[in-house]
Parts: sequence; structure tokens; C-alpha cells
Amino acid sequence: MNYFFNKNGPLVSTYFIVAIIFWLIFLIIIPQLYMLDLSFRPNLPPLLRGGPDDVHTLTHYKHFIFGSESSDDAFNYVDIGVFFNTILTAIFVTIINLCFCYPIAFYMAKVATPNTARLLIVSLIIPFWINELLRSFALRILFAGEGVINNVLLGTGLIDTGINFIALDIALYTGLTYAYILLMIFPLYNAIESLDTNQLEAAKDLGSSTFRTHWRIVIPHAKAGIASGCTMVFMLTAGALATPVVLSSPNTYWFTQLIYQWFNMNDNWSRGSAYSILLLTISVIFVLLMMRIFKVKIGEIVR
Amino acid sequence: MSADVELQNVSVTFGNFYAAKNVSVKINKGEFFSFLGPSGCGKTTLLRAISGFLHPSEGKVLIGGKDMAGIGPNKRPTSLIFQNLALFPLMSVADNIAFSLEVRGIYKTERRKRADELLELIALTGQGDKKVHELSGGQRQRVAIARALAIEPEVLLLDEPLSALDLKLRQKMRTELRAIQKRVGITFIYITHDQGEALTMSDRVAVMNEGELEQVGLSNDVYNFPHTPFVATFVGENNPFYGKVLSFEKDMVKVDFQGNNFIAKAGNISDQKNHDFKKGQEVIMFIRPESIFIKDGNNKLDNNFTAKLQTIEFEGNLKNIYLNLNSKMNVRFSVPNAVDTSSLSAEKEVELTFSSQKAVVLPKGSLAVD
Repeated sequence: MNYFFNKNGPLVSTYFIVAIIFWLIFLIIIPQLYMLDLSFRPNLPPLLRGGPDDVHTLTHYKHFIFGSESSDDAFNYVDIGVFFNTILTAIFVTIINLCFCYPIAFYMAKVATPNTARLLIVSLIIPFWINELLRSFALRILFAGEGVINNVLLGTGLIDTGINFIALDIALYTGLTYAYILLMIFPLYNAIESLDTNQLEAAKDLGSSTFRTHWRIVIPHAKAGIASGCTMVFMLTAGALATPVVLSSPNTYWFTQLIYQWFNMNDNWSRGSAYSILLLTISVIFVLLMMRIFKVKIGEIVR
Repeated sequence: MSADVELQNVSVTFGNFYAAKNVSVKINKGEFFSFLGPSGCGKTTLLRAISGFLHPSEGKVLIGGKDMAGIGPNKRPTSLIFQNLALFPLMSVADNIAFSLEVRGIYKTERRKRADELLELIALTGQGDKKVHELSGGQRQRVAIARALAIEPEVLLLDEPLSALDLKLRQKMRTELRAIQKRVGITFIYITHDQGEALTMSDRVAVMNEGELEQVGLSNDVYNFPHTPFVATFVGENNPFYGKVLSFEKDMVKVDFQGNNFIAKAGNISDQKNHDFKKGQEVIMFIRPESIFIKDGNNKLDNNFTAKLQTIEFEGNLKNIYLNLNSKMNVRFSVPNAVDTSSLSAEKEVELTFSSQKAVVLPKGSLAVD
């Protein structure tokens, strides 16, 4: 602490400490604790809050598992289904994203000349100046029944009847994969870039195939970057709202859409909080799992 | 198994720049061959052309008589040791060594057996389970050699692998590398800018400058019979005397140097033939620091001159003595540490002597230290 003060001077040090404490306590810890508390309380009209009925209860979590009392089903199949569908789809999207980004990141880091790499980075970043909602709508135009892709495919005679990309959720998966591509590419790029190029040549000289060089040399070296990219993409995909709203088929619900409904349409903040906490918990479990699988520490992920 | 390597008129260009220019040399089976030259002279380019990481713009690379055009580094019977070694830091020492066997689908137990054998060869028995970062610099060096030898290459290529080590270790590794080469009996091609390394280890040395071969020969010959002024000054130390030919008979040249007349051997143009000189031609006479002596009763040779003493520099085993011939010309010679130099003092005129047999005359050309 003394060292910190001496190194940065009193003004800068105080600013850092105050800013970080404000950020942590007021913007993260207090709202999340409030949400956590709210999720264990009944949904009461404002007048009754703080009154004798305002007790801790598991009713919202029960609702997630067993459904409303008026329902005949043993479990809340709809919500649980949406929950696991969201998680599995997010995992699927993360894997697709990784497979898609790894070659690009490797190309930028180790194959392309510095100028080409810079050009690639710029052309990856610029489309993201357009906001997420607009990008989603643009994809919807591409994928619609009378959209660009169908028209081209029909026009060239490759297909006879239009493909319903929206109903098949192809549009949704594409949109979600594209939405967070940068958050996968950059950690991968950074990790691969730090690999000594001589190691690739050494592996090749020793007779290694391209696949084995990646499997034994590049991927183990880049695993922190892979874990970092995967956790970020997974969290943001599972928590995405705009893209699923615009691109999902009428039958597909994203878990965030449920949360949004509880908060805004049904005005049930407690239930919305409970559902949010569930999503947060599964996301944290996923991060811990990734760290376990890739044998990386939290410090390496954020590097 | 060992193979010879032949470069036939190899040129490598990057744009308009010739990194290697029309290089032809034959490296014999089982030979320890060094490419010696300053940084940027194209020696690493040649090594990469032999290993297959780059393709010559012109000419051919033949290994064991086979043209290597279109054959990638993973398919050539060569193994390369990188300047920074490029060991795989996330693998154990044994896995590093056995990597080339792993890629060939050899079973784990067999791989381990081979790795242990190689660890024994490099005197690191029982250290196979360590991580690379747990080893010292010299040990890593040896692991890199073992890894390169594991596939039993016919030619081992070494790209200045000793340059990162400190002096003592470097000297030790020279002896060790030479011993390993004798034991495995394969062709070693060594790249270095350190003439000491090249001379002590190699059977033959190729001196390179600006992408071209200046001279190829036995270590001894390159040192004693340089073909060009560049070789004379790059390999070892030398004193250049710029002068004019007075007369030329058989293989001895009489040179006029600012009023002094010296007699010296005519330098070689090739291993068999010496240069031809004309009267009045501008030449450089080279005489090495260890061949100049202080003239006294015991030491009186056929060339003599005087110079003014400047400083005496203590190098440990040697003393380097710097003198002024005149305002433009400095001379340096060295004597063993045991020689008493107490009679020498600054600004004193010293009479010096050297043998015509030790001095070499070459046509004027660029030096290594301009």
C-alpha cells in the first residue's frame, strides 16, 4: 500500500482507490445484493413492502422449477426448457465461434504480414461501429423468407422452395455468433501472437503436420486466450437480448426474454431477479468449468 | 547415416536485394562445416534454404545427391537447431526430445526409451521429467541438440545456437558439440559470426560477406592464407599496410609502404594459385599482431620498421600493444603476458620486426572493419 502511494503519488492513488471502490461497491455489489434479496421476497404492491407480508421466501425459485400452482404439470417445463435451451445454444454458439475465429486469429497473428493483419483487424472492427440492434435487423433482411439469401438461391435455381432461416433458428445462431466475434478473436489473437514463431518452425522441421503443430504447440500455448474468449462469448451470448428478440423464431424463447417479461411486462421484479440470479449462477459455473477444463487460473484469463 | 550437401549457384532474393548471391559449395558427408560472416551476410538465409524454410530464387540445393526443390522442411533429412533453441516450454524434457518420434506415431514406451538414450548421450540422464525452464542454459542447449538428433537426421543445421551463452559455457559447449558430432558422425552445418567458434570446431569454414562466399577452406588455411582483404581482417586480427608493389618474383612481393620496403608472400587467389601482381599496383599487406616482435638481439627478421608507442592494453593471456606509425597509421601487436614490457613507455620509438613468410599481400579491397 505504501509502495502503491509512493509510486503513483497521493492524488492519483486516492483517485484509483476511490474509483475502484465506487465501481465495486455502488455499481456491482450493492445492486447485485439488492437483486439477490429481492429474488427471495414476494411480489408485493409498493404499499405493502416492508410490512408483515414482506418475508423471505423461495416462491420464485419454486415457480421456476414447479410452475404456477394453477398449472397441472409437475414441473415448469416451459421455463426450464427455455433455460436449458438458452444454455445449450450459448455453448453451441461459443464452440462455433471458437472454430470460426481460431483460424482467423492464427492467420492474423502468424501468417499475415503486419500490414495485412492491420487491415484485417480494422475490417473486423469497423462493422461493430453499427449498433447491435441494427446489425440484427440487417441479418433479418438477409435471412427473411423473401430476403436476399433466399432470392439469390431461388434465382440461381439452387433450391426450389425458400428456406425458412428464421424458423430453423439459423438466423439466430448466425446473429449470435457474429455479435460477439471480436471478443473471441482478440483474446485468441493476443495469445497466439505471443507464441515464438520459431516454435512453429521447429515443430515443422521435426516433421510435425499442421494439425499436430496446432494441437500440441499452438493450442496449449493459447489456452488462456481460448478460455478467456469462450467465457466472454458464452456469458454475453447467454445474456443477449436484442439479437434473440429480432432473429429468433416465434417458437424460440431466449431466457433473457423471460427475465425481461417479468421485469417489464408483468411488473414482477422479484421473479425477474430470481431468474437473473439463476442465469448469473449458471454463467459463473460455466466460467469455473472452463478454467478447470483448460487448467488455467483466473489471473491468466484476464491477461 | 550421413549425407553430403551441395549448393549449386544458389541465389536468394527479397525484392531487389540479394540475401545470397550465386553460392556454390559442396559440404562433405560427416563434415563439420561452418558458415562464418558478419550479421546480415546471408548465412542464415543459406541455412534456411538448406532446411527448406525458404526456396532459392535461383540454383539448386542437393542433399545426398537429391534435388530438394519442392520438398518442405518436414520432409527433408535435416534437423535445425534454432538460435533461441525453440524448445517447447509446455512439454517435459523427454517429450521435447521425443517430439519428432511422436509425430511419426511411435508408441509412448518406445519414445521414452529413445529419449532416455539421448539424455544419456547429452549427459542429462534421469532429467527427462523436468520442465524446460528448470534446466540451465547449457542443459537446454544440449536438450535442443538431443531433440534435433532424435529423428536421426543425415544433416544437422545449427543457427548460432551458442550465441546466448556466456563465455565460459560457450567454450565448453564448443568442445562438447565437436565431441557429439564425432560420436554421431553426421554432417554438421554451423552458422556463426564468431570466428573463434568457427575455427575451433570446424573441419572447413566458408567465410561470407554480403551474400557471397569469400573463401572456403580448412580453418588453418582461412586464417593463414586469406584470399581477400575481407577474410584477412574478419577472421582474426590483422594489421593492414596500404602500399605499392615494387617488384614481384615467383611468390614473393616487395612492397613500398611510405618509404619502408617490405617483403611479403603473395596472397592466394585460390587454394593452388597465388595472385599476380604488377609493378606499381596498389595493394594491402597484412601482418597479424602475433607475428610482429620487438627487435632485439634474438629477434631480427627480414622486415623492420619503427613506430611510436601509444598504449599497452592488458587482455589477460595477452598484452596488446598499440603504436603509431604516423598520424594516419596505427599498428597493433600482441605479446604473451609473460613478456616483460616494463622498458616500454608511451611516446617511445620502438623498433619492430616481422618475417616475410608471415606477411600476406593482397590486391586492394574492402576490409571487414571499415
